[in-house]
Amino acid sequence: MDSFFRSEEMCLVQLFFQTESAHNCINELGHLGLVQFKDLNPGTVAFQRRFVKEVKKCEEMERILRFLENEVVKSNIPIPADFTSETIPFPRDVLDLESSFDKLEQELKEINSNRDTLRQNFTQLMEINHLLQMTDDFFEEAESQLSISELPSEDSVYSSRVTSRRTSYTSTNGPLKLGFVAGVIKHERFPAFEKILWRLFHGNFVLRHAEIKPHEEENMAEDPVKKDVFVVFVQGDQIRGKIRKLCDGFHASMYPCPNNAYARKEMRTNANTRIEDLRLVLKRTEEFRATVLTAAAANLQEWTTKVKKMKAIYYTLNLCNIDITQKLIVAEIWCPVSDLNSVHTALIHGSEQSGSSLSPVVNRIQTQQTPPTFNRVNSFTSGFQSIIDAYGVGNYQEINPAPYTMVTFPFLFAVMFGDCGHGLVMTLLALWLILHQEHFRKLKNELIDMLVDGRYIIFLMGLFSIYTGLIYNDCFSKSFNVFGSSWSVRPMFHPHGPWTNDTLHDSGHLHLDPLVSGVYSGNPYPFGVDPIWNIASNKLSFLNSYKMKMSVIMGVAHMLFGVTLSLVNYIFFRNLKDVALQFIPEVIFMLSLFGYLIFLILYKWCVVMKSESAPSILLLFINMILFDYSSEGTVLYRTQRPVQIFLVVVAVLMVPWLLFAKPLLLYRKHKLSKLVSMADIFVYQGIHTIEYCLGCISNTASYLRLWALSLAHAELSEVLWKMVLQVALRVTSGMGSVLLAVTFAAFAVLTVTILLVMEGLSAFLHALRLHWVEFQNKFYKGSGYKFTPLSFDRMRDMQ
Amino acid sequence: MRLLFLLLKLFPKPDMAALSFVIPMSVMTLFWGIIGGVVPWFIPKGPNRGVIVTMLVLTAVCCYLFWLIAILAQLNPLFGPSLKNDTIWYMYYHWP
Repeated sequence: MDSFFRSEEMCLVQLFFQTESAHNCINELGHLGLVQFKDLNPGTVAFQRRFVKEVKKCEEMERILRFLENEVVKSNIPIPADFTSETIPFPRDVLDLESSFDKLEQELKEINSNRDTLRQNFTQLMEINHLLQMTDDFFEEAESQLSISELPSEDSVYSSRVTSRRTSYTSTNGPLKLGFVAGVIKHERFPAFEKILWRLFHGNFVLRHAEIKPHEEENMAEDPVKKDVFVVFVQGDQIRGKIRKLCDGFHASMYPCPNNAYARKEMRTNANTRIEDLRLVLKRTEEFRATVLTAAAANLQEWTTKVKKMKAIYYTLNLCNIDITQKLIVAEIWCPVSDLNSVHTALIHGSEQSGSSLSPVVNRIQTQQTPPTFNRVNSFTSGFQSIIDAYGVGNYQEINPAPYTMVTFPFLFAVMFGDCGHGLVMTLLALWLILHQEHFRKLKNELIDMLVDGRYIIFLMGLFSIYTGLIYNDCFSKSFNVFGSSWSVRPMFHPHGPWTNDTLHDSGHLHLDPLVSGVYSGNPYPFGVDPIWNIASNKLSFLNSYKMKMSVIMGVAHMLFGVTLSLVNYIFFRNLKDVALQFIPEVIFMLSLFGYLIFLILYKWCVVMKSESAPSILLLFINMILFDYSSEGTVLYRTQRPVQIFLVVVAVLMVPWLLFAKPLLLYRKHKLSKLVSMADIFVYQGIHTIEYCLGCISNTASYLRLWALSLAHAELSEVLWKMVLQVALRVTSGMGSVLLAVTFAAFAVLTVTILLVMEGLSAFLHALRLHWVEFQNKFYKGSGYKFTPLSFDRMRDMQ
Repeated sequence: MRLLFLLLKLFPKPDMAALSFVIPMSVMTLFWGIIGGVVPWFIPKGPNRGVIVTMLVLTAVCCYLFWLIAILAQLNPLFGPSLKNDTIWYMYYHWP
């Protein structure tokens, strides 16, 4: 329970176990997920380690498994989920699995290559079929034309009628002898092909083409490519040769096409029979492939987990020491002290399973090395811990800022986001993520995974935003008037106040004066900002002053909290010296300057004064530092001057206390021994003092981003209302409802993208920065290393 | 009973105005005080007790402080809102 407030106590333990039981024991420890193995062979390179061959074998098996998985997925065979999670991989399993995997791979590769060859043959035959059919059409057309009209065949080649060509080569006594080239080319390359033919031969050819329309049952190919059949009729063999070369260049496949109809018919019947045969063979091949893959798919999950576990175990064994007799394995592990018993039980269990007689020896040893930092988290706290660790993992057993961050981070976000309508949408979105997190994790998209990991953070951010939105009285830039405003207009009019009906007609804007009795009821609006400020034209004057002072108060409170946490750290590490030398001067410095600033703010708020005589707090503060009391009206209360002088003097005195006290004390302690370098200590202390004192001022100003971002958010929200939705709501004609529907869609899209996503990310980032820098530099060192146990669950989740 | 009544008449009646400030003040202080100070004692013992108690206390402190700042900032206003004249005209007739 206390482990979340600071990291757990860890111990270094030596384990001795027999080589036979090694696999079982490490397997048990992996399931437990609570020990981190230390590397006992840090000097050896990766390929010099003892089990490097076995690791390589495991990687090879993983490669084959990935190949298998690809093939299974490509053939749309579902992979059944594996529920046997307790499979223990033995060393002898390695060889079995290896041989079966190799066999499977060979088989599958063979099947694949056979299938590809068969498919190629099939495509060729289909193309020949189509080609023959098309050329049949050409020649038939030519024949019919020939029977109609008889043209002289001695005409020049430029009368490019198919008829003359047809006659010329069927009748052998014609002077013109034409040949043709028939083939199949890809559809998109055909225009280029035609163009080049024209360029080369200047029209001394006849080109006919037709697109192959594939029938449904012929679609055995994986990606049907559109192809065209073409026939080029030319004169002369040389030209034919050139065309052949051209076809090769365009990757068009040429087929020998016989001249007469009878031969073509025979060829077609041939092709058809062969097509039928091939179809049968292809079907059988596909069926066989499917059977093999289904059989493999049934075991795929189990094998993958097994291989992963084996690889992890061999990797861990590489970290251990094996003694000379090859019978004993020595391992050193980091383990949380509270879990020592479970580790011991797991080891005994493991050694019993392997049937060895000796139980492993667990020996806790003392060490000077720094243990890793382990924070036990559950699914709710893990998101917050990860954003803290992103900046720096805490030192061993120093205070963990995460439990406090769980509230302050969403709260500071909400101060900057501050709109209860948007907060409600965000909360609902987070609820949806929480309830459907399994479904979202299955999508395996990186961005969505990040969102799902942070679902509780988003939920809390939304909840706090609803609260701060209610206090800022801002819901999609409109205010609620639940309790009745404290300001009323009637007392401003005659006879009570200065206004008449004429004043109303004369000027566009009028100022309500709180000094006229009755205008301000004397009681502030009980919950949040008064709704009248939403309709006032000087709303920003009031809101800016309020939000700036609020930011400073929040900032100083946050930083004081951080400094107090450093006190807790000092007490835990029994460092009472530092309490007096560092904590006390730090707190006094901050309180005397910025605590006084907060006092001034609260005093000015609580005390009634006339607005002419109210001094500006900023000027008061600046004059206090400069000891400037010359100007009039610079006091809020009577004893202000001596109090302020006292506070500034005390603050200035804290600086040398911070700067010199600790180094001087250390110097006196180590005067005789030269182990510590005094220059280093002085420099370090000097840096710390400057960082702290200047940091107090700059960090306080940095908290003003709480004001800045909430102002930006409110203004953007108001723009969306005024320029988008209100425009549609003011339309009085009948089409207004349609326009309103369209405009609301635009309003919703803009709200989600600009205000929720963009502003949300921006406020998230700034709240995070405030935590990482302004809060944590008061107490957090963050230079530890994280505890990374051997855990099969974690490996499976990372898959 | 009548004596009590007479006794109460001796003490000055609290101003209606001041009462309207005291009520929200005490309600909110009580509410967040219960959440931050009383509910933590009732959280059952378990591994998460520390975290839940911390969260409750911090939430109570942050939210109470935020509300307090909002109400104190409006307690003694130095200037009033500046309204458009048609808003003033509307408020004259329709707001109390």
